Amino acid sequence: MDVAIIGLGMHPFGRSPQKTGLQQGAEAAREALADAGVDWKDIECGYGGSQDGGNADSIVNELGLSGLQFTNIFNGCATGGSSLHAAYSTIKSGEYRNALVLGFDKHPRGAFNPLPAEWGIDDWYGETGLMLTTQYFAMKIQRYMHEYDISEQALISVAEKAFYNGSINPTAWRRQALSREDIGTSQMVSHPLRKYMFCNPAEGAVALVICNAEEAKRYTDKPVFINAAIVRTRHYGSFEVFSPSQPVITADSPTVIASQAAYEQAGIGPADIDVAQLQDTESGAEIIHMAENGFCAHGEQEKLLEERYTSITGKLPVNTDGGCLANGEPVGASGLRQVHEICLQLRQEAGARQVRGKPKTGYTHVYGAPGISGVTILSR
Amino acid sequence: MSDYPIHSNLFTWPTSNPVLLGGCCPHCGEISFPAQSSCRNCSRNDSNVIELGNKGLLWTWTIQSFLPKPPYMRDETAETFKPYGVGYVEMPAGIRIESRLLIADPNKLQIGMPMKLVIEKFSPNDQGGHNLCFAFDSLENSQWT
Repeated sequence: MDVAIIGLGMHPFGRSPQKTGLQQGAEAAREALADAGVDWKDIECGYGGSQDGGNADSIVNELGLSGLQFTNIFNGCATGGSSLHAAYSTIKSGEYRNALVLGFDKHPRGAFNPLPAEWGIDDWYGETGLMLTTQYFAMKIQRYMHEYDISEQALISVAEKAFYNGSINPTAWRRQALSREDIGTSQMVSHPLRKYMFCNPAEGAVALVICNAEEAKRYTDKPVFINAAIVRTRHYGSFEVFSPSQPVITADSPTVIASQAAYEQAGIGPADIDVAQLQDTESGAEIIHMAENGFCAHGEQEKLLEERYTSITGKLPVNTDGGCLANGEPVGASGLRQVHEICLQLRQEAGARQVRGKPKTGYTHVYGAPGISGVTILSR
Repeated sequence: MSDYPIHSNLFTWPTSNPVLLGGCCPHCGEISFPAQSSCRNCSRNDSNVIELGNKGLLWTWTIQSFLPKPPYMRDETAETFKPYGVGYVEMPAGIRIESRLLIADPNKLQIGMPMKLVIEKFSPNDQGGHNLCFAFDSLENSQWT
């Protein structure tokens, strides 16, 4: 059974002090239901998650106690990807005909402060100041830049592109374009990454209505089909966040493994992708993920960024909505924001940031703690 | 003496020449740090504790420039906070250890530089002494053996 996305909803990302995370989730859900033309009481199952915004299944208190099966997903940065995967699998199996996929979040200001015990690590690791995602990403790109001879200019290019794309996206949080100088002279946060090269924890919500593809045309003339939805965790030997140590032997990252499985499931390759959303919690991540998802060779990124290959007008536009850098990262919603953006691009509804050439195939990729990755391939 | 390691089994103590401790799987040779009995490589569950030594090469690094939120427990405020280095040090035993670095100057840190283990008085404990934590400092090339 093929699966299609028929409804899209989003509560703008940023800070909404007057609303709870759940209320933002409800707004996104109502918008997705209206977009699909489906009544809430006709939704057969739901999958959703939030890290800091409360239980996703509480959404029934907002939308109505309809009796549906609703499963909470709690999977770090891959929460959205995992929720979509679970819903996709359920529809594909034929058990249900439609599903709501929901992600929302509401984080306090500042960096995340994870508790070691929740990640299977003893307290000393957090007490001595080693358990910060910012440090890990800085150390990962520091090593990568050393191995592949990439300069700070590439980090600046990614951020410059993100904030430009954010400036033409009405639902982005950071909507002011920044100059290369603004970025390159901003405060050094975790060497080599500066303030404007990092995304911030934020708030926001995304909802999708999906159904089996045979019924999609009943609801919309613009269904987006899910050709692959894959989630993978780390193998022994990959360099991951929250690792007090790592083996000297190296293994492919969970991104590489999820990406390859997704191409295999969809029966296409990276050259067939027209527009992509790649996890960019900081500038370095987008650079690494360009190669890990098969879009270029390791070390080729700086040249491609100089050529604006991944800009909206480039050959492979990446993070057309401004990505995590311009939207912030409400963990539960972030992966679904990527899917939402690809659907808008494939439906030709992306406004000022619409990529040219009527894109047919899109790609989304999330990566998160403690070494998990979710990839989807979508087409119209 | 009322100074104690912040956690057991991270390094040998008390001793004048401390070394890091890790786990080693008798079946596949996987080395873990901190030591754990479960093997992340072959899934068996009877790893032994071994010594990992006190010298290594800096594999990657960064500098922590803002005061971490709790559970960070050093006696510091945002005003008194001193940036610290963080890196992975590759030990000859065959594992890379994440560690605080005593160097917090980006001009003095370089991938590949030799490092040596030091034991730091990290924070006051409730017995009038200190919690001891491991860290790495640079080792002059001439001392590298």
